[in-house]
Amino acid sequence: MIILTDIGIIFKIATVGIIVAILDKIFESMGREEQATLVTLAGLVVVLMMVIGMISNLFDSIKTMFQF
Amino acid sequence: MEIIQVVVIGLVSTIIILLLKDERPEIAIQLSIACGIIIFFIMLSKITAVIQALEQIANKVNIDTVYLNTVLKIIGIAYISSFGVEICKDAGQNSIGSKIEFAGKILIIIMAMPIIMAIIDMIIKIMP
Repeated sequence: MIILTDIGIIFKIATVGIIVAILDKIFESMGREEQATLVTLAGLVVVLMMVIGMISNLFDSIKTMFQF
Repeated sequence: MEIIQVVVIGLVSTIIILLLKDERPEIAIQLSIACGIIIFFIMLSKITAVIQALEQIANKVNIDTVYLNTVLKIIGIAYISSFGVEICKDAGQNSIGSKIEFAGKILIIIMAMPIIMAIIDMIIKIMP
C-alpha cells in the first residue's frame, strides 16, 4: 500500500527511469538490442505497478467524496 | 502552508520530468500522473471540508439533497475527465483527449437531465 501525500514515490519513479535509461544505453553499446528492449519493458511495468495503485486510490476517494 | 508544499512538489517533479523526457517519455508521463495524484491527496482534506460546508448550507435552506448530490457528482465527473484529458494531451494524444472530454460532457448532461426536467415541469405548472 503506497502512502499517499508522500513525495518519495516521485523519487522512486525518477530513479527507475534513470536506471532504465542507463541500462538501456549500456546494453545498446554492448550490441544486445533484445535485452535493452526487455529492460525498457521491465522498467515500464514496475512504474506502472506503482502508478496503477495510486490511480485506483484516487478514483476510490473521488467516488466516496462526491457520493457516487 | 500547504501551498509551498504543492509548489515544491510541482517544481521538483517538473525538473525530473524534463530530465527523463528525452530518454524515457513513457516513464516521464507516469511521473506526471503520480505528481498530480499526490497534489490532489494533499488537497483532499480541504475539499472534504468545503463539501461538508455546502451540505450544511443546503440543510439550512432545505434544498433537496438529490440536487446537491447531482451537483457534486457533476463536479467529480468534470475533475476525473479533465485529469484524463490533460494526461492524454501531455502525451501528445490530442484526439483521445478530446474523446474523453466528449464522454465527460455526455455523462454530465445525463446527470443534469432530472434537474432540467424538474425546471421544465415547474415552468409548465406556472404557465396558465
